Amino acid sequence: MPNRWTVLVVLVVAALMAATVFVEAQAPIKLGVIQPLSGPVAASGNYVRMGAEIARDWLNAKGGINGRKVELVIEDNKSDPKEAASAAEKLIVRDKVPAIMGAWGSSMTLAAMPKLEEYGVPMVVETSSAATITKRGNPWIFRISPPSEMEALGLEPYVDKLGVKRVDFLAVNTDWGRGAIGAFGDMLKKRGVAVGAAEFMEQSATDMNAQLTKIKATGGDTLFLTTAVEQITLIMKQAQEQRLARRIVTTGGSSSPTQLIKQAGTAAEGTYHIVFFMPWFPEAMPDGKLAKAFVDEWAKRGHPFEGLTEGFRGHDGIATLAEAVKLAGQDDPKAVRDALWRVNLMGVNGPIRFEKDGPSGKESGQSRPSIFVVQIRDGKVTLPDFLAKK
Amino acid sequence: MEQLLQHLVNGLVLGGTYALLGIGLTLIFGLMNVVNFAHGEFYTLGAYAAFAALGLAGLDFTLALLGAIAAGALGGALCEVSLLRPLRHESIDTTMLVMIGLWIAMQNGELLVWGGVAKSIPHPFPTAPLVLGPVSLAPLRLFVLVVAAALIAASYLLIQRTKLGRAMRATFQDAETSALMGVPIERIHTATFAFGSALAAAAGALLGPIFLAYPSMGDLASLKAFSVVILGGLGNVPGATLGGLLLGVAEELGAGYVSSGYRDAVGFLIIIVVLVLRPAGIFARAERIG
Repeated sequence: MPNRWTVLVVLVVAALMAATVFVEAQAPIKLGVIQPLSGPVAASGNYVRMGAEIARDWLNAKGGINGRKVELVIEDNKSDPKEAASAAEKLIVRDKVPAIMGAWGSSMTLAAMPKLEEYGVPMVVETSSAATITKRGNPWIFRISPPSEMEALGLEPYVDKLGVKRVDFLAVNTDWGRGAIGAFGDMLKKRGVAVGAAEFMEQSATDMNAQLTKIKATGGDTLFLTTAVEQITLIMKQAQEQRLARRIVTTGGSSSPTQLIKQAGTAAEGTYHIVFFMPWFPEAMPDGKLAKAFVDEWAKRGHPFEGLTEGFRGHDGIATLAEAVKLAGQDDPKAVRDALWRVNLMGVNGPIRFEKDGPSGKESGQSRPSIFVVQIRDGKVTLPDFLAKK
Repeated sequence: MEQLLQHLVNGLVLGGTYALLGIGLTLIFGLMNVVNFAHGEFYTLGAYAAFAALGLAGLDFTLALLGAIAAGALGGALCEVSLLRPLRHESIDTTMLVMIGLWIAMQNGELLVWGGVAKSIPHPFPTAPLVLGPVSLAPLRLFVLVVAAALIAASYLLIQRTKLGRAMRATFQDAETSALMGVPIERIHTATFAFGSALAAAAGALLGPIFLAYPSMGDLASLKAFSVVILGGLGNVPGATLGGLLLGVAEELGAGYVSSGYRDAVGFLIIIVVLVLRPAGIFARAERIG
């Protein structure tokens, strides 16, 4: 026979459950973020995080998604593929996020991908360039950054104007670096350019003199560099020490020309950089007003200007995820995945819309980002001559 | 030929820095028998001390280097007194685990204090290289090589020629007899660890301006230091010096003439060969007793 205490306990429990349901309706939408916040490429990962936070705050200032606030759950992959996989698992299993943005480096993204398929959670890839990411038949991958092939095609019209005749490559020994050498090598060979040395370095390597000495002996005129800004800085300094007189072109959009001017100084003079955002002249971006607003907000928060070329990725990634959740009308991973195919959005980089890529039936999404080339001249970032005279 | 000369110069400069890392560790690992996984963190400590002195306080390079050495010695002494002294009679495994803990704690501490973004350390040297025929070398690198050589020579003399050095060697050969002879063995332990750590910090302060300072920079440094110690033989300062130079040149030539993707593999291949053929280190003259 139920006594008064039992009745009371039941009532209290019922009240608590009702409260929980009420809170549930108001609960924020959690979006997972995996970035390298420490380790050799930490600078880039932190800038992407800052951009993601701007997107979150802008969304929340406009009342969130379908009346619910956006919350970011940010995990550090320590620039390490193994950590990227466990970060994905943690976000999915413990934090129960409906979607993730990550994981900066191609090797990190590739390591996290099996977890997405295992648990059925979509991920927007904001930086990684390796072609394999969208070719593997992982239907939970949606990439807004250009794969190296797309980047190479973006550079193709300028190869003659740059005067590239004999080219060498120096790249980080990861999926990204190896993929970039393949993609740019193919494109350049097609244009009749001779390809010399293809050298690699570990991601944590700091002394690249051996590779540079070897490259110096090939007698080429242009060096293509594919790695993050920290190593680009070191290579430019060491190339200057070795008097390596080459035209340097960096690929992958993670060169942060402003940081190079600051940290590499005169060693960065005359170098060309493929970038996906031009914060030096935001009005030249596809949506000048949005780009300008982003640059202004970045400055207002006291973030370093040199981080903008990475930071916009964080904004565009979170904006893409938020749009998909809005279209889905709920924060169920599968519904968000289906809605990602319907996203049609203007990001800081330009229009974001996914096309099918990879084996049929299991396609990944790939958008067609805008690609730009800038040059460092007299300690400033400028449009190269062949682009400026338009 | 021109290329070979440049490769050799590169290798020697790199090897000099490995040697500096190696001699600090060979004292701690070789003499004290502590598997010091935190060695690389004292290297990082030195780099950040130099960054604080040069980049933030605007001091000159000599002061910054001295500051970094002092920070390394102080940190080393503190660690020895608080962590190793209570475990003096424990097995080598116990202290190894403690040092792994210290390594993780220090690295995360650095991350907390300085953030994950790499810091560029300013230096007063011109960036234009010195050119000698086919070979070019940055003035800063030459300076680092000279200072590293001076530090190595000073360490060697300190261990071989001074009373303190004799007390160190005596303590780690036979602590009880040394104590009976009036050697303050507790203080010698602290001094040795502080000395080894100070050398690591000096390496960090010297190399920081050439490269960049970031929290995980010590991992690679630890790895190289252990390689150098194994190559040169435990506790053998001249061995560590030559081992460092050998490793630097081997990596450089491996990257230059074999494949740059396997640069680190070349170094480890040599270590495997040495361990198989001469397990006491290539430069060990005869098995030491004690």
